[in-house]
Amino acid sequence: MDATMSDGEPQERIEDIEIRLLLEALYSRYHYDFRKYSLASVKRRLRQAREQLGFNSISALQEAVLHNVEMLPRLLGYLTVQVSEMFRDATYFRAIREKVIPHLSTYPSLKVWVAGCSGGEELYSLVILFREEGLETRTIFYATDINQDALAIAEAGVYDLERVRLFTENHRLSGGKSSLSEYYSAAYGRAVFDKSLRDRVVFSDHSLVTDAVFGEMNLISCRNVMIYFERPLQDRAIGLFKDSLVRKGFLGLGAKESLRFSAHAREFDDFVREEKIYQRVAR
Amino acid sequence: MTAARAVVIGASAGALEALSVILPALPEDFALPVFIVVHIPPDKKSVLAELFRAKCVLPVREVEDKEPILGGTIYFAPPDYHLLVEDELTLSLSVEEQVLFSRPSIDVLFESASDVYGAGLVGLVLTGANHDGASGLRSIVSAGGVALVQSPKVAFSAAMPEAAISACPTAHILSLTEITSFLKKV
Repeated sequence: MDATMSDGEPQERIEDIEIRLLLEALYSRYHYDFRKYSLASVKRRLRQAREQLGFNSISALQEAVLHNVEMLPRLLGYLTVQVSEMFRDATYFRAIREKVIPHLSTYPSLKVWVAGCSGGEELYSLVILFREEGLETRTIFYATDINQDALAIAEAGVYDLERVRLFTENHRLSGGKSSLSEYYSAAYGRAVFDKSLRDRVVFSDHSLVTDAVFGEMNLISCRNVMIYFERPLQDRAIGLFKDSLVRKGFLGLGAKESLRFSAHAREFDDFVREEKIYQRVAR
Repeated sequence: MTAARAVVIGASAGALEALSVILPALPEDFALPVFIVVHIPPDKKSVLAELFRAKCVLPVREVEDKEPILGGTIYFAPPDYHLLVEDELTLSLSVEEQVLFSRPSIDVLFESASDVYGAGLVGLVLTGANHDGASGLRSIVSAGGVALVQSPKVAFSAAMPEAAISACPTAHILSLTEITSFLKKV
């Protein structure tokens, strides 16, 4: 392109170059691959990181993260989004309870994968639901994320008591058969979830971008994780889910996600359409 | 002046009444995509798209992630998700933390749209009781886009238009009917 552009425009373009180079650097140096993430959101979060970590430019941030390993977790904290709730979208969990569980209960043993588990809210929601429905003891739960700090939070299972009020209401709306307070003890403004909830959980570092199939799952729940991916990367992840599911296994997505635009759409049937719960076809 | 390629609208308290004047007036041959953030409580199922579908000539959608952008279509952000413009072809959603206590956030939509459309963007801040949209509208202006603000004198709630005006003193300050005729001409 020609260098004589109107004022304002060159700056934007420089920032785009900086972002591309930083993502490339992050991959070459640490093998964290955000290169195919949705740009609008990555851009926003890198601007935030630059500002709050006190750098004058994205390039300066890149230099710091290349030369200083300690900068990596701080930057990852911005790049991996960690906002969730237990039983977020109560109607999704109600559909799992009422429509999916009756199918799963016909299997002698079960595997459930919470992909991109972040701080563990969705994982605990599912473990509690499976316990309430009497399936927990025959199930192994796999909770994966690329962010070690998030995995550590998930493994600790400690949340602000302030947030637990919302979790409790969500749980009730999801058709909860017990009181959420049975699963945690409150102390110093925090709720510590019972460690027995983790007896059947395997926590693991896994990337939907660069890692491989995670075998023979009956249910995969991956909600509001792929919204940060560009469409080709979404297709990779959905392909991974397809290959990781048993025949007639279930895939649950976020309320505003869809397989409609995916290359793998034909490998799945709508199971509960309005809750974005899909079933792998039995081919 | 660069030809407009998209319109973004932000509204909060009093949004329904204001949008009910503007959106149904957009004619069938209106060629631009219109992206809208209205502050709604996160636990409410959004009825906005349904409501306006019945009133508008143009197609109205509540956005799903990676939804393709079509001209002459009205897009609402779903409750409890930020709406971002990815490129001229695609929208995306995010559950990043609230901005100014809001998700969806007007600023997030405006800034991402401004990155994509630059001088080809028209931004409109309507009635509301907070300051969301002011910083987004400033981004639109600095990228050469057009800023419209509902006159605080006639807005149901003046705080949001006032904040937008002090962030963008060059914005056009208009009544709802003036806004409607402005949009029909872009």
